[in-house]
Amino acid sequence: MQGITRRGALLGTLAAPAIIERANAQSAFDWRRFRGERIEVSVQTSPRGTLLQQHNREFEELTGIRAGVEVVPEQQHRQKIIIEYASGRPSFDVGEVSLHVNKRQVGRARWNTDIRALIADRTLTAPDFDFDDFGAGMRSYATQADGRMDTLPAFADYFILYYNKELLAAKNVEVPTTWDAMFEGAKRIEDRSRQVYGHVGRGVKNANVVLWSSFLLGTGQRDMINAERQLITDTDEAIWATVQYQRFLRDASPPGSIGFNWNECQTTFMQGRAAMWVDGIGFAAPLENAQRSRVAGKVGYAVVPRGPANHHCALFGAGYGIPEASAKKGPAWFYLQWALGKQMQTRMLSAGAGVPARVSALRDEAAISGSPFPREFFATLLASAPIARAGLPEILPVTEFRDTIGTALTNTIGGADPAAEMRAATAAFRPILERSERES
Amino acid sequence: MSSASAIEAAAATIERRRRNYARHYIWFVVPAAIAVLGTILFPWAFTFYISAFDWRLGSTREFVGFANYTKLFTDERFGWALLRTLYYTTLSVIFPLILGLAAALIFNHKFPLRGLARTIFILPMMATPVAVALVWTMMFHPQLGVLNWLLQQVGIPPSMWVYHADSVIPTLVLVEVWHWTPLVMLLLLGGLAALPIDPYEAAKIDGATPLQVFRYITLPLLAPYLVVALIIRTIDALKAFDTIYVITQGGPGSASETINIYLYLQAFAFYNMGYASAVVVVFFALILTLAALLMWTREKVRP
Repeated sequence: MQGITRRGALLGTLAAPAIIERANAQSAFDWRRFRGERIEVSVQTSPRGTLLQQHNREFEELTGIRAGVEVVPEQQHRQKIIIEYASGRPSFDVGEVSLHVNKRQVGRARWNTDIRALIADRTLTAPDFDFDDFGAGMRSYATQADGRMDTLPAFADYFILYYNKELLAAKNVEVPTTWDAMFEGAKRIEDRSRQVYGHVGRGVKNANVVLWSSFLLGTGQRDMINAERQLITDTDEAIWATVQYQRFLRDASPPGSIGFNWNECQTTFMQGRAAMWVDGIGFAAPLENAQRSRVAGKVGYAVVPRGPANHHCALFGAGYGIPEASAKKGPAWFYLQWALGKQMQTRMLSAGAGVPARVSALRDEAAISGSPFPREFFATLLASAPIARAGLPEILPVTEFRDTIGTALTNTIGGADPAAEMRAATAAFRPILERSERES
Repeated sequence: MSSASAIEAAAATIERRRRNYARHYIWFVVPAAIAVLGTILFPWAFTFYISAFDWRLGSTREFVGFANYTKLFTDERFGWALLRTLYYTTLSVIFPLILGLAAALIFNHKFPLRGLARTIFILPMMATPVAVALVWTMMFHPQLGVLNWLLQQVGIPPSMWVYHADSVIPTLVLVEVWHWTPLVMLLLLGGLAALPIDPYEAAKIDGATPLQVFRYITLPLLAPYLVVALIIRTIDALKAFDTIYVITQGGPGSASETINIYLYLQAFAFYNMGYASAVVVVFFALILTLAALLMWTREKVRP
């Protein structure tokens, strides 16, 4: 039997690092490195929050980390996390951040840790994490102006057109591709004696701005602030968008729409009282629930109609971040990797809970085939991705913006002049924005 | 020792013992005093302190003195919110007082199943305001709500309830009346039970009509209880937040935006903590003034 030769030993020594590296890459990642730790997670009430709660045990068994998942209604959650961040000692180790509302505020105050360092740390990041799998648009959406990435993108929310196939077919109305066609179709379907309306949409202030921005995105202007970060909501295009908003809400929607948020719209649509509804993509699940919805199986999905100059759908989204003040960044990062991993993102897609930030989930044919939602829903989702554009300006006082512009929009439903309302609202909000821009 | 000096010595001893007692036991009061200072006085002092700053959450604080207060005088939205608060409060006090008084007079008489009727009448008061608001929100829905369905059954055209700027505050008052009339009834029923019977016997002998008895005997004797109900209802209505927030969030537009909703928006939606604190201080001063006025009225009507 031949013993170990000097040459063999030398070759073995030289090859050792490569062999070890290869072995490490292929060996199972130590998910249980932080076993016994406990973290707190704070997310918004949504089908996505429900998914996290439903599968929480899976994370705990995988890592040995206990995770308490707190689910708070959207608006209250946004307020709660900001107050907790500002206190310097947030109660959570992982928090959901609405990128269309709080991105700039969280970024400016540097409340969240920069996760790029965590991604780069091979001892903390599983080999199959695959950061490049997150769509480029979503990665950009979750990145701050200074290059810091303080949230990992979780999901996108596109505004789409829901329509009641039966109501459209009854009046031979085609699925609209322009706003004018949609309005005409809505008026043809309308039967006030039966309390059936051609359209339903958000009328309540603040929430209504995202419907208005769906009209604005179709204009040549598209955005609410210009390159110099000045407010441009009193231009001809912005007023045109307001006129569209007014005619849809005032002339083609149920009486009382002035107080409708998405939940009233959803109820009206689910009861078969409205033929068309433009809103976020996450409503497929309740609409297709045969126990709760009278229109289950009759819902059609389409991209929003095109505007006179452009074709965009409003984009919103959220990311999950780790507070800088958290003492458990390691376990929290493990949670992010699991919660926004390929499997959970695929589950999100299958459940109709939103548009996953990962591209692989969107291409998962098995998940799409096994989903209870029609293929048309997924086709709409995929068709919306390339035309998606931010539905709200990326500014600090975005809630104040929504409040001011939203009140003007609400006033137009009551009959106020769109041009006068938008000019007044713009004049009221302009100094607030200017001050905020000076400070940041 | 004379009897006078003996009395003086005894008095001095009693005083000395009292002082010793106070000295020994004052430490038992300290924890409660700290709790009161910490939970009542400190938040107020801190709110007043913050009101002197221009401070948005996430930004640095800048001392501005009384600038937040002077800004209030030119803030049209604040002015409207103040007027709406007064409108809402006036309606939310008057109607429960009238209806509560009527109910108390009815329940003060004996009739079959009075106990059961009284129990049913006070049920709304037991419900949580947020739960009440959610139920009413569903009932107010212009197309799917039960209220419009009921109206249509009797040939009345549907109402927009909280979905129209003109009807939103009266509709919110309707919820408030439904919720809090039972409390007024209970307060006044207690008052009625405590009234002396002699004046009523004298009135009966003099041949007074029921209306005269109510006008000249019941109402004046019940006045202190009415003022108590008035104070409680006024402060409650001024503070109203949960019902309004859940049902309308201050809308449509800002048609039901009261001071509480306005300051909530300033503090927790716009994160203007300094300005919101100034609103709180002014609003607190308003409530204090009103409460003092009502207390003074109470003293005046005391028999």
